Amino acid sequence: MRSAAVGVRSVADALARGGRWARRERVLGPALILPAFLYVALLVGLPFLYALYLSMSDATTGNPYGSFIGLRNFVEVVETPVFQNAVRNTFVFTISAQLATVVLANVLARALNASFRGKGLVLFLILLPWVAPVSLATIGWLWILHARFSVIDWVLWQLSLLPHDTNMFWLGKPNLAMLSVVTVHVWRLLPFATVVLLAGLTSLPRDLLDQAEVDGAGFWRRLFQVELPLLLPITSVVVLFGTIFTFTDMAVVYVLTRGGPFDTTQVLSSLAFFKGIVGGNLSVGAAISLFLFPVLFIVAILVLRIARSAEVT
Amino acid sequence: MFRRWRRRARSVGRTAILGLFSVFAAFPFAWMLITAFKRNSDLYNPANNPFWFNEPPTLEHLHYVFTKTMYANWITNTAIIGVAVVVITLLLALPAGYSLSRFLGAHGTRLGIAMFLVYLVPPTLLFIPLARVVSDLGIHNTVWSLIVVYPTITVPFSTWLLMGFFKSIPRELEEQALVDGYGRLGSFLRITLPLAVPGIVAVVIFSFTISAQEFVYALTFVTNTAQKTVSVGVPADMVRGDIFDWGPLMASAFLASVPVAVLYYFVLDKFVSGFTTAGAIR
Repeated sequence: MRSAAVGVRSVADALARGGRWARRERVLGPALILPAFLYVALLVGLPFLYALYLSMSDATTGNPYGSFIGLRNFVEVVETPVFQNAVRNTFVFTISAQLATVVLANVLARALNASFRGKGLVLFLILLPWVAPVSLATIGWLWILHARFSVIDWVLWQLSLLPHDTNMFWLGKPNLAMLSVVTVHVWRLLPFATVVLLAGLTSLPRDLLDQAEVDGAGFWRRLFQVELPLLLPITSVVVLFGTIFTFTDMAVVYVLTRGGPFDTTQVLSSLAFFKGIVGGNLSVGAAISLFLFPVLFIVAILVLRIARSAEVT
Repeated sequence: MFRRWRRRARSVGRTAILGLFSVFAAFPFAWMLITAFKRNSDLYNPANNPFWFNEPPTLEHLHYVFTKTMYANWITNTAIIGVAVVVITLLLALPAGYSLSRFLGAHGTRLGIAMFLVYLVPPTLLFIPLARVVSDLGIHNTVWSLIVVYPTITVPFSTWLLMGFFKSIPRELEEQALVDGYGRLGSFLRITLPLAVPGIVAVVIFSFTISAQEFVYALTFVTNTAQKTVSVGVPADMVRGDIFDWGPLMASAFLASVPVAVLYYFVLDKFVSGFTTAGAIR
C-alpha cells in the first residue's frame, strides 16, 4: 500500500519536474549524503566502538592492542579515590557553572534586550570569552590568578581586604582552585547562554506580555508567570548545551590547574588524559572517558525530545 | 513625571549591568594586552600599580615571541589546518546538506537530527581511540592528523546549518531552471548555490575557527613542538620548566585569540540560529 502511494507520488513528481533526473533522485539523494556519512561513521562510529574495546582490554602505549580482560578496568578505576574525586568534581563544576550561568545570562539578556547606542561594541566584548580559543583565554586567567602577582590580590591589598604583600594563592588551595575553575567556566559559558536567551526573549509574543501588563500584573508576576515559562524551552537548550560543554571540557582544568592541587580539581576528561595519554595506560583512560557517555546519552535524548516537540508545533 | 524617573532608573540600571558584565568578559583580554607591552622590571614589581605603565611600554616581548619561539610556525600550522578543514568540510557538508533538504523527505529531517547529535559527541570521548587510529595511519605528530580528524566536529554541524539554508531556498526556483533547460547540476550551481552563499560563509568561518580553537585532539596527537597549533603551542611550549614568561605568553595569547574572535563574531547569529532551531523556539 505504502510503496504504491510512494510510487504514485514519485511518478507525479517526475511528471511535474519533467524528467529523468527526478527518477534518479532516489539514487542522487543517498549518493550525495554518502561521503559525509562514511566520514562520520569511520571517524566517530568506529573509534567509539574501539574505545569500548580498549576499555575492556589491558592495552598500553607499549602494547597498543592488548588483550581482552572484561570489566576489570571499570571495577578497579571506580575504587580509586582519584576517580571518585574526579566524578564529584565533574558534577560540581557542571552543575554550579550551569546554575550561575543561567541566572546571570537571564539578567544580562534582559539588559541587552533593547536598542541603545554602542550595543554592537557591548555585544562584541561580552562575546569575547566564547569566541576566543579557550586555551589561550584560560592563559589570561592563569596570569590574573598568579600566585605572586595576581591583580586580584593587588586590588584586595588596595582595599585593605588582604594584608599587603600576602597572597591568596588562588590556584594553590583546593577550595579557591575549585572556585577559580568554576568562575572561568561560567565566564566562558555566559556569552553563549546570553545570546541564545536573547534570541528567545526577542521571539516572545509581544501581545501576550502587553496583555499581562494591561491586566495589571506587576514586574515579578510577569517575570515568573509569563516570561519564564515561555522561556523554558530555550533555557533548556542553554542548559543542555552548557552541560555538554562543561561536562566534557578539559582545556580549562588542564591549563589552569592540571587537576591540582593534589588532584582536587581533576575532572573525568582531564583524568582520562593524564592516565591514558600522559601515563600511557590507554585502556584505563578509555574506561574513564566512557564514564562521560551515560550523561551525554541522556542529554542527547533530551535534545532530541525538545527538537521533536518543537517540530509538532 | 514618575514614569520618566522610572525610565531613567531603568536605563541607569541597564548601563550598570552591561558595564559590569563587559568588564568581566573582556578583562582577561585587556590584561593580556597590557601585559604584552610591559617591561619585566615593571611587571614583576609588586609595589607597582599593575593597571599602569609605570615604566615606558616596550616591544621586547613581541620581538621575543617572533624570534625566540616557534610562534610563527604554530600560526602557520593553524592556518594550514584551518584552510584544509574548511575545504574538506565544504566538500562533504554541501552535498549532504543539499541532499537532506531536497531528496530525502522526512528521512532527511531525521538524518539531519542524527547528524546534529554527532556534533554532540565530544573529543574527550574519542581522543584515546583516535590517537591509536592516527598513529596507525602514520600521521601522528603531523598537521595531517588534525586535518583528518577535525571534520568529524565540523561536518555534522555544518551539514545541519546548510540543510537549514537549502530548505529556505524555494524548490520552485530550481525547477524553473530545470524547465529552462539547465541540468540538475547546472541549476544547483547557477541558482541554489549563489543563494546559499551566506550559509557557506558561515560554514567556512565556523570550520576555520573551530579548528583554530580545538584543544584536546591537538594536545593528544601532536607532541613535536614544530608541528603544534597555536592553541596548544602557547600553553604547552612557551613555559620552560616552571618558568612562565608572562610578557611573551600574554602577547602570543592576545595576538592569536582576538582575530579568531572577530571572525567568529560575524557568524555568531547563524551559529545561534542553528542551536535555537535545534531546540526550535519558533
